[in-house]
Amino acid sequence: MKVCIVGCGAVGSLFAANLATLDDVEVWAYDLAREHVDAINRDGLRLTGAGEVTSRLRATSDASELPPCDFGIVATKAMHTASAIAATAHAFASGSVATVQNGIGNEEVLAEHVERVIRGTTFPAGKITAPGVVQWDVKGDTTFGPFEPQPAPFEAVQQLADACTRGGMPAQAVPDARGPQWRKVIFNAATNPLGALTGLTHGRVCEQPALRRLVTRLVDEGKAVAAAQGIVLDADPEELIDYAARIDVAYGHKASMLQDVEARRQTEVDYLNGGIANFGRALGVPTPTHESIWALVKGVEAAWQQ
Amino acid sequence: VTRVCIAGAGAIGSLFAAHLARVADVSALVRREEHARALREHGLRISGRADFTAQLEAATAPDELAEPNLVIVACKGTDLDTVAAELAGHWPEATLMTVQNGIGADEVVARHGAWRLLTAVTFMSGTRHDDTHVEYVLDTATWIGPARGTTPDDARRVADLIVKSGLKAEAFDDLRPAQWSKLIFNATVNTVAALTGLPHDAHFAALGGVGDLGYLVRDLMDEGKAVAAAAGVPLREDPWEMNVLATQRGSAHYPSMLEDVEAHRPTEVDLITGALVREADRLGVPVPLHKTMLRLIKAKEDSWQ
Repeated sequence: MKVCIVGCGAVGSLFAANLATLDDVEVWAYDLAREHVDAINRDGLRLTGAGEVTSRLRATSDASELPPCDFGIVATKAMHTASAIAATAHAFASGSVATVQNGIGNEEVLAEHVERVIRGTTFPAGKITAPGVVQWDVKGDTTFGPFEPQPAPFEAVQQLADACTRGGMPAQAVPDARGPQWRKVIFNAATNPLGALTGLTHGRVCEQPALRRLVTRLVDEGKAVAAAQGIVLDADPEELIDYAARIDVAYGHKASMLQDVEARRQTEVDYLNGGIANFGRALGVPTPTHESIWALVKGVEAAWQQ
Repeated sequence: VTRVCIAGAGAIGSLFAAHLARVADVSALVRREEHARALREHGLRISGRADFTAQLEAATAPDELAEPNLVIVACKGTDLDTVAAELAGHWPEATLMTVQNGIGADEVVARHGAWRLLTAVTFMSGTRHDDTHVEYVLDTATWIGPARGTTPDDARRVADLIVKSGLKAEAFDDLRPAQWSKLIFNATVNTVAALTGLPHDAHFAALGGVGDLGYLVRDLMDEGKAVAAAAGVPLREDPWEMNVLATQRGSAHYPSMLEDVEAHRPTEVDLITGALVREADRLGVPVPLHKTMLRLIKAKEDSWQ
């Protein structure tokens, strides 16, 4: 089978390099970073850290080079979903496209461009340390499920999950993947922007009682929006938050949004707090805290334009 | 002749000191000896909306200064308790006037002595270039009202003196309607600016998409207005209208809290948002958004410690 990774940043590279170790999978990577693409084509894609993998695969910045693919795995930052899938949709005319991106609302964007969409949530993380080289920081599970309004056949979802698992990225196919997805988006939306706004690491956000209560208020608003859709979270996001705050887990971790703010890169807040607020509005569930945090982070981004 | 002591000669204190020195005997009580010496030797230069140099006395301890009739306590809110403690036991006949942001500054001072007190808020602004040179930027008014042991006439006399010195001032029988308007305005605008890094510009009045900052600004102000209503204080100006008007002026103002955050200094958030939240809790008015802002600013202060 042929799989194209759309957006071969850190997370996309984890999928690309691991899937490319399988004999029965041909992996393509589409990414706009020319140096990264050239390095992959020249030297292969190398993972270090939590797993050591070097794989040969085809990378390109020119979507017209892509062959027809059975699967797409979209791993761009959420704000680039529309342009990335618009450019590559032709390769998935008879395939299915999964998202492993942060936030909510990505599936809806994919569905505007392709027929069959797979909802996805992934926990592994890493960072690009040099063109063609990705440091694999955190291993973790991935959950795939059909995107209800425009689903891929469940057999296809299973086939993708099976390939990922065999390649070294444990993945599960479930009929309803919204629970894990909302648990992760609630976790991210309740913690990342507080780090971004205050400059504190995850552990320091959690050890201040007043700030920790603010996290809980964000969690509770998120849970209410999930519940209004009949979504059953696969676990309580609070547990994940407390676990991550442990000194041996991610106490000193700067959330990706804080890294974005420090580097003055556009953040994913529109798809985290903005996503929860938008779903809340559509469902009539009040999310005043998410709306406030969303507006503040947008304000931070606006300040860079001054 | 009136004798005035300015306690704390930052931008605001310096503007008062230099102007009042033209119509009164003025001394400055400052923290650093070199600052006092520079003021004694070189005077205090004002540029910008006025251009003159004033001569004045200056010292680092009240003992070294002649007893004033009026003390304008013009230090930052974060230094207020320290400065008031330093004045304790001195100048029992003097009237002390606080000009700090927020509310409750007069109560902080009251804890340190039995002086008669006036309470004021000031909208003027300046940029401090060095110890003896301050640029007069915004020539907006200082509003003065009676507090412990004083009458509206006392407030009027001080306002008249300030006006005579070339600054703008207005006396009120009851300052609270004006003070609360400014409190709600500052609790909102200063914290939003400090967290986002935005100067007070058009973003603060933007009501386009749902994520726009204007909604947060308006919601914060609505919470503040509910607290004022519960406290029985009719607002002199609507804070949202103040906000819209200020953002239409063209030149964006950098609130002091934003400057504090950028310089990694402690902010006045406890005197501003903290005061509003304490009043809200006392009156049983929910202010979840202001509590959020307070927590975030306090956490931001922690991040550079």
